[in-house]
Amino acid sequence: MKTSTLLIRTPEGIVFSQLLAGPVTRFLAWLIDLLCIMGLLTAASFALGALGVLGPDIAGAFATVAYFVISVGYGMACEWAWRGQTVGKRLLRLRVVDADGLRLQFNQIVTRNLLRFVDSLPAVYFVGGVACWLNRRCQRLGDLAANTVVIRSPRVTEPDLDQLLAGKFNSLREHGHLAARLRQQVSPAEAALALQALLRREDFEPAARVELFAELAAHFKAKVAFPPEATDGLADEQYLRNVVDVVYRTKAEARAAVSQGA
Amino acid sequence: MIIDLQRFIVSERHGWENLERRLNRLEADPSIRMDLAELQEFHRLYERTAADLAKLTTFSAEPQTRRYLENLVARAYGEIHETREHRRRLRPLEWFFQTFPQTFRRHVGAFYLTMLITLVGCLFGGVATVLDPESRHVTIPFGHDRMKPSERVREEENEMRDRWAGEKTSFSTMLMTHNTQVSIVTMALGMTWGIGTIILLFYNGIALGAICVDYAADGQGRFLAGWLLPHGAVEIPAILIAGQAGLVLAAALIGWGTRVPLRQRLREVSRDLTTLIFGVALLLVWAGFVEAFLSQYHEPIVPYAAKISFGVAELVLLSLFLAKSGAKRSAFRVSRSEFE
Repeated sequence: MKTSTLLIRTPEGIVFSQLLAGPVTRFLAWLIDLLCIMGLLTAASFALGALGVLGPDIAGAFATVAYFVISVGYGMACEWAWRGQTVGKRLLRLRVVDADGLRLQFNQIVTRNLLRFVDSLPAVYFVGGVACWLNRRCQRLGDLAANTVVIRSPRVTEPDLDQLLAGKFNSLREHGHLAARLRQQVSPAEAALALQALLRREDFEPAARVELFAELAAHFKAKVAFPPEATDGLADEQYLRNVVDVVYRTKAEARAAVSQGA
Repeated sequence: MIIDLQRFIVSERHGWENLERRLNRLEADPSIRMDLAELQEFHRLYERTAADLAKLTTFSAEPQTRRYLENLVARAYGEIHETREHRRRLRPLEWFFQTFPQTFRRHVGAFYLTMLITLVGCLFGGVATVLDPESRHVTIPFGHDRMKPSERVREEENEMRDRWAGEKTSFSTMLMTHNTQVSIVTMALGMTWGIGTIILLFYNGIALGAICVDYAADGQGRFLAGWLLPHGAVEIPAILIAGQAGLVLAAALIGWGTRVPLRQRLREVSRDLTTLIFGVALLLVWAGFVEAFLSQYHEPIVPYAAKISFGVAELVLLSLFLAKSGAKRSAFRVSRSEFE
C-alpha cells in the first residue's frame, strides 16, 4: 500500500516517521536543479572562454570534461556536501536519506545518481516517475538500488500556546471537576486537531472556518456538558480556545498567563 | 491523559538543544571522533530524546513538537546505529591498487558472463558479416562501413599530414566522456533485471565481431590489430567491467538462491558498484588518451609491431593487475565481511 510516511522502529522500540516526498515535488526540485546545471554550464563556458588563448583544442577538451563533470557530478557533489540535498531539494525542503534511517553513505549517493540514466528514460524521468508513482515508498529505480528515500522536512517549530491563548479568561476553568473530566475524555488526536484548527485559523476561508469551528465545538460539547453560564455568549471558536487551554495547560500556568496578560 | 506540553517542553528543551548541537557538529565535520565520555553523553541524550518522543507520541498528538523530536531522533539514530565501514579519509592509491581489483575478483563470475555474452555477440556479428556482407552497414558503427577496410588502410597509410593535429586533446576527452557514459548506462541497465546490460554487451559484441571479420576478410588483420589493440586492450575490458557491475546489480535485484531481503542484497552490493564504475572511469581515461594519441596513427608513422606489442603489454598488465593486485589483503577483507 502506498503511504506518505516512512516509519522506522529503532532497537529501543521507538518509532519515528519521515514524511515521504511525492513525485510532483521531486519533479519540481529536479527542474530547479536542471536550471542550476544549465547556469553552471553557462558559467563554465564563460570561464573556459579564457582558455581560448591556449588553443581551441585545449579549450574544447576542458569544455567537454566540464560538461560531463557538471551534468553527472552536480547531484553527487551537492548531496554529499549537503547531506542529501541539492539546490532544488533545499529550496523545496527535501532530503535524500537512507531508507533504514542510517547515515547516508557516499556509495549510496553515487549509485542513485548514476541510475538517473535509466530513470530519465525515455525522456523527462518517465521511468523514474512511473516507478516513484507505483512504489510504496515513492522510490525511483536509483533509490531502490541505493536503498534511499527522499523525505520532506517541513520547518519544525515549537507550538506557541502563550501567544494563542495568553490573558484570556477561561470560563470552563470555573468548573474544575468538569474541566478535569474534559482532560480525561479528550484523546491526544482530538486535542491536536483542535490545536491545529486554532493555529491555522488564518488559513481558512471565513465560511469554512465558521463551519469547522462549529463542528469541532459541537464535538467537544458532546463530550462534557458544561453549565449554560460557562458557555453562554461564547462563540464556537472561543469555546474551542477554552477547551485547548484546559487540555494543554495546568491551572497554575493558566493563572500565571492570565495575571501576565492583566 | 494528555501531558502538560508547555512544562514538558521547558523541562526537556535543554537536552534536545544539546543533542541538536552535537548532531550539527558531527554533520558539519564527519571526520570528528568523539572520546568515550562524549560518546556516552551523546548516547544518553539520544535515549532521553527517544524516550521523550515515545512519551509525546503516547500522551499527546501535538504534531510540531513530535516532528521536531522525530527529526532529532532520526538523525541521532543514523549516527549511533550505522555499522557500515565509514572511510574518513580518501586513500586513492590504496583504493585503486587494492579495493578495485579485490572488488573485481569478488564478482569475477559476473565478469566471465559479460565476456561470454560479448563473445556470443562477436560470433553473431562475424557470422552475419560472412553470410550477408551488406549487414556491415547495420552492424559496423561510427561510419566505418562507408568504405572497404583496404580503402581506408590505403588512405590512412598514405596520409602524410597529421590528420588529428589541433584536435587530439579534445578528441581524447570526447572519447573518455562518451565511453564513460556508455559504461554508466551499461551498469545502470542492471536495474532492468540485467536485460538492458545484456543487450548492450551483446550489441557491442556484434559491432566488434563484424569489424574484425570485415577487416580480416579484406586482408587487413594487421592494421586492425594495430588500430584496436592499443586502446581496445583497456577499453573493452573496461566496458566488460561496467557490464559486470550491471550484472552484479541485476543479481542483487533478482536474488536467486538467497533468502536475504532485497534491501539487504542491494545494500551489500552498493559499495562494490561504486568501486567498479569509478575503476572503469579511470581505465577509460587511459584508453581515451591512447586512442587519440596513438591508435589513430599507423605505418609509416608508428610501426604496427610497436602498436600491437604495446596493446599486448597493456592487456597482460591489466590482467595481472586485476588478478593479483591487493591479493594479500583480499583474504582478510573477505573474512572480516563474513565476520560482520
